[in-house]
Amino acid sequence: MGKGENMAEKLLEIKDERLSFFTPAGEVKALNGVSFTMNEGDVLGIVGESGSGKSVTAYSIMGLTAYPGKLIGGSILFNGHRIDEMSEKELRKIRGNEVSIIFQDPMTSLNPVYTIGNQIEEVILLHTDKTKQEAHARAKELLELVGINEPDKRLKQYPHELSGGMRQRVMIAIALACEPKLLIADEPTTALDVTIQAQILELMQELRKKLGMSIIMITHDLGVVASMCEKIAVMYAGHIVEYGTTDDIFYNPKHEYTKGLIKSIPKLNVEQTERLVPIEGQPVDLLNPPKGCPFAPRCESCMKICLDRMPPKTEFDGTHYSHCWLLQKEEFAQEEKTVE
Amino acid sequence: MTKYIIKRVAMGLLSIFIVATLTFFLMNMVPGGPFVAEKSISKAAQEALASKYGLDKPIFERYVTYMTDFLKGDMGVSLRQRGRTVSEIIFSKFPVSAGLAGIAVFVALCVGIPLGCISAYNRGKLSDNIIIVLGTCGIAIPSFISSVLLLYTFGSRLNILPTIGLNDAASYIMPVTALAIYPTAYITRLMRSSLLDVMGQDYIRTAKAKGLSSFVTLFKHALRNAILPVVTYVGPMLASLMTGSFVVEKIFTIPGLGREFVSSISNRDYTMIMGTTIILATLIIAANVIVDILYKVIDPRIKLK
Repeated sequence: MGKGENMAEKLLEIKDERLSFFTPAGEVKALNGVSFTMNEGDVLGIVGESGSGKSVTAYSIMGLTAYPGKLIGGSILFNGHRIDEMSEKELRKIRGNEVSIIFQDPMTSLNPVYTIGNQIEEVILLHTDKTKQEAHARAKELLELVGINEPDKRLKQYPHELSGGMRQRVMIAIALACEPKLLIADEPTTALDVTIQAQILELMQELRKKLGMSIIMITHDLGVVASMCEKIAVMYAGHIVEYGTTDDIFYNPKHEYTKGLIKSIPKLNVEQTERLVPIEGQPVDLLNPPKGCPFAPRCESCMKICLDRMPPKTEFDGTHYSHCWLLQKEEFAQEEKTVE
Repeated sequence: MTKYIIKRVAMGLLSIFIVATLTFFLMNMVPGGPFVAEKSISKAAQEALASKYGLDKPIFERYVTYMTDFLKGDMGVSLRQRGRTVSEIIFSKFPVSAGLAGIAVFVALCVGIPLGCISAYNRGKLSDNIIIVLGTCGIAIPSFISSVLLLYTFGSRLNILPTIGLNDAASYIMPVTALAIYPTAYITRLMRSSLLDVMGQDYIRTAKAKGLSSFVTLFKHALRNAILPVVTYVGPMLASLMTGSFVVEKIFTIPGLGREFVSSISNRDYTMIMGTTIILATLIIAANVIVDILYKVIDPRIKLK
């Protein structure tokens, strides 16, 4: 794996991705111009509430958009391949091989009628030239890698004989079986209890150090991204409303939505009587997205222009950027000052 | 596993005993008797016949006699088919019905499962709609109508298939079709809904994310999970078809067990009623035990206790 010498090698470039679900009720605009890039070895966190397009973005990197979803614009360049132009057959060679995924609920993500061994070996046999014996040995090695004891015994067991944490470790083993360049973790700890969550996160960090793959971490748990990720994309209604390093997002949030998210995190050092600050209102209806900024209806600092036009990108130092009219206003103000 | 099978067989024998007892007393409670309807027989002759077959004795004594004989393997002589024992009749006719039923269920599985898969796979498309409509027709049309339609079309109009008996391979086509229509339609519907349910499961998404083709995803990951309801249905269905269908056997003039079933009841042929009922009960119980064992084989989560 090319960690070290190729640190700055571009691995993933998504440009203006637009994706809609064509349902009987109408076109649900799930992604409305998502763009970001990832270098090899990057760990990117995508945060946002349910329905903000986090998972849809990640699945589209594998060409796994569920029916009736359809990519209607933009491009996805992964490791030199245009994912959006690939045939199903070409995509199958990438899935589970160069890009793999860990799903949210390990209790239901493994097939109940096949053994753990069978399900790990399956993906090895599919993407490599290994024989059955070699695949079996590799499966055993993988179970050891993800910290499962008695791998020989576990390989012969069925998913229902394992605990939730163990099953998630098995899912990770499956995802890592072919040494992917990119690992997508779709809320990998949401369905687990807190102590197991910590163990799984620790395992993922350890594996990343060992194997050097890039990771996209999808979550709505800001604590998880803070501990895992170097960069964070904040999504809202199919837009990336703010993007930056973890420090940028936590210590210098620019978008009103990001500020709201950070305010709503419970803190240990405040009085017990103090209430959490929620973001008022409901998520937008993606069947009829608003004309302007999608967050405007819930934004406390909403202006007239916010309702009319989508705010352009405002860039700050380095990689940090955000889409908000308030920031534009600040810039205008600054410009005006310098003119004076 | 062995312990489980022994337990189930013991329970099955108990069930058969209960079924036999209930049938024995119920059929004797029904008015009439094997020799009552025939006017030509004089009162004295009727009494003589009744005493010859032991029907003049008290019911409880007859019950004990029947059960002890049955345990010795003797199901008695038919009261209406002179000179023939019940076992003789059942063993000559059961293979005919069972063979026909076996072929029909095999056909139903071979047609129903793929149709259900195609239907689920093309959900909402034209092929799905066609299969749904055909399936509904198959369930709604009773076998006496489909049998007569088949007989009229292929036997009489086109004159390409034999209409009577089971003498050669071609003569099996129509009765097997008539018997298979309902189970085929039922299996198609079961398979469709069960597969749609399974295709929405998370582990199917996992299979796709591994890079498996839709073919492998469907046949390896989905089908094995989706087939359980079909297995549950087919066991008892096979058992009841094996004891023969009165309608199909009557229409195609097939010497099967189904006709014996119905005629034994209308004739009050007590020993035949007992024999056919016990055969049916045994088959259904056996089918259920086999289904439970198959369940365990298909789905490791199921524990046999």
